[in-house]
Amino acid sequence: MAHLELQKALAAQGYVADDDLAMAVHLALALGRPLLIEGAAGVGKTDLARVLAHVQETELIRLQCYEGLDASQAIYEWNYQRQLLSIRAAAEDGETGRSVEARIFSEEFLLERPLLKAIRQAKSPVLLIDEIDRADEEFEAYLLEILSEFQITVPELDTITATSRPIVVLTANGTRDLSDALRRRCLYAHVDYPDRTTELAILKARCADIETKLAGQIIGFVQSLRKEDLEKTPGIAEMLDFAAALSGLGIADLTQDPVALQACLTTLLKTQSDRANITTEVAQRLAGKAA
Amino acid sequence: MSRVTKFAARDPGPTARMAGFMAHLRDNGLRLGVGETEMGLAALCHVQASDPSQTRPALRAICCGSADDTARFDDLFDAFWLNGGRVAQKTIPSQSPASDHIHSSRNASGQDEAGGSGTPTVPDGGEGEADADGQGRLQASLHQAKMKRDLRDLVQPEDIAEAQKIAERLGTALRHQRSRRRKQARKGDQIHFRKVMRQSLATGGEPLSLPLKQRPDRPLKIVTLCDVSGSMTTYAKVFLAFIAGLMRADQTFDAYLFHTRLVRIAEALRDKDALRALGRLSVLADGFGGGSKIGASLDQFSRTYARRFVDGRTVVMILSDGYDTDTPDMIGDALARLKKRGCKIIWLNPLKGWDGYEPVARGMAAALPHLDLFRPANRLDDLAALEKELIRL
Repeated sequence: MAHLELQKALAAQGYVADDDLAMAVHLALALGRPLLIEGAAGVGKTDLARVLAHVQETELIRLQCYEGLDASQAIYEWNYQRQLLSIRAAAEDGETGRSVEARIFSEEFLLERPLLKAIRQAKSPVLLIDEIDRADEEFEAYLLEILSEFQITVPELDTITATSRPIVVLTANGTRDLSDALRRRCLYAHVDYPDRTTELAILKARCADIETKLAGQIIGFVQSLRKEDLEKTPGIAEMLDFAAALSGLGIADLTQDPVALQACLTTLLKTQSDRANITTEVAQRLAGKAA
Repeated sequence: MSRVTKFAARDPGPTARMAGFMAHLRDNGLRLGVGETEMGLAALCHVQASDPSQTRPALRAICCGSADDTARFDDLFDAFWLNGGRVAQKTIPSQSPASDHIHSSRNASGQDEAGGSGTPTVPDGGEGEADADGQGRLQASLHQAKMKRDLRDLVQPEDIAEAQKIAERLGTALRHQRSRRRKQARKGDQIHFRKVMRQSLATGGEPLSLPLKQRPDRPLKIVTLCDVSGSMTTYAKVFLAFIAGLMRADQTFDAYLFHTRLVRIAEALRDKDALRALGRLSVLADGFGGGSKIGASLDQFSRTYARRFVDGRTVVMILSDGYDTDTPDMIGDALARLKKRGCKIIWLNPLKGWDGYEPVARGMAAALPHLDLFRPANRLDDLAALEKELIRL
């Protein structure tokens, strides 16, 4: 599938990707490389993985990273409760120690966590490693090993080799620098806030029933709002909420009802000081420009 | 008219062109290897290789590694592939002397512009006699060393011994950083189930003993950056002794000097003979007591050494008065970049010890939002008093 076809397929699922991103995804699929997507919060990094899984008609396996993430949550863990019960039962049945051991450290007692699950699928799943920059450096190093070998060693069992190579998508929003080693292993795409046309296309794809005039106003308003000095710049998800709120209130023109517009701003502005900064006058000025 | 670069007839083919492009990017500061060249060629098999609108995003996905790279890529791409139909003389640029900021202690500001010609600087890791290339150093000192000083007059070996004790105490104070990941321990707050299973096999499923897990203490690294510009000369004695002590306290610690440029001094200071260590330092600290470029030095540090030596378990300690000849924004930007590596930043300012001092130096004001700790220090006692603060960090 060439990158333009992929772009269309993504668009059919309601995800508007620009040329750069579509090409990066296309190459990640063609070359079998992990794809690292970086960008501000709310530009649709995570959503891309979800839509990609749809397009590829495969499962999405998600690993949310956080500081202190360890093997028992990311890779596998033994089902201790079952093991304990099983040992007790075996003692009553008079089973020998050796056979008990072989039994309780078998597949049956293994709890799969996302990474192990991802390499044991029949069909290549999309493995989303979300917010990799939140995990610590040790985990990053471990991940590198898995991403290059696609095999996991469980000491009690054996080395488990991938039955299918997952399509790996990593996301980061720059809370810390990632290691060069990880960056070099991945293809890279930087996703920015979309430009006017792209964002309009996104809005049309997600809310088909919105009027063209209002859609244009919404996008204009949100785009100029992003240029204001805000603590938390509204992302695409916020823009869609905003559009939903406006059409929910039955507003057809942004400048028509300042009170309602101000009320709808709750969907865009998420901190106290941002709310205070965007007063009715500022909002009206932005809406006036957008109209 | 085609804007596409024409390659000379003797050009060896696409592989060489791709290698040339990678070399071109590398020259412009992108960090690429042979792997990327290979991947780039493989990628071209999956797109219309003759269409720049496809090859551009394809190569961008492969060659870029950060938002900065992405922003610069278009220009670099145009410069190599679309130079307006001119003939590219050489596909692969000739080997230019690698400017290795990490190892070379003498990339003086004046030499950077002259880069490309002259003898390649051989990285020596700061070891051995540094005056090996007499010519280059003489030139550098003409520009820079307004005042040359023997640090042995400034710092006495006895001071170092005392400073070392303090440094060791500070080092242990910093060790109290807890790891997030639990390990088996005799006393702990969680049960180590994996171990319980193994042990209870022997007792027929009865978990007689309960092994525990605990979050172990992890060592923190200290990286010191010491300002030895003119305004800091009075305090250099204390600080250098302190750094020398610090280097001896732990092998993983790291140290740098800066005035108008940045010099790594960790290796020199680890010399077993304290006096000889200072001698080696004097050689390195050429330019001591001159002007100060804090912003540029921190910027260079955050782009070069920090990528290798600074991580989430590092404390960066800056010893400076904040009087800078660069724009204050540079300090702020450099510290922000440094902070992104996850480290803690401590700034010790000798002037802050004065009564009624306010951080009005604009550089200092720009730095403040990025600091985890901002303290006065101009005597060894002050440094020793830091112990309590560091535990809390």
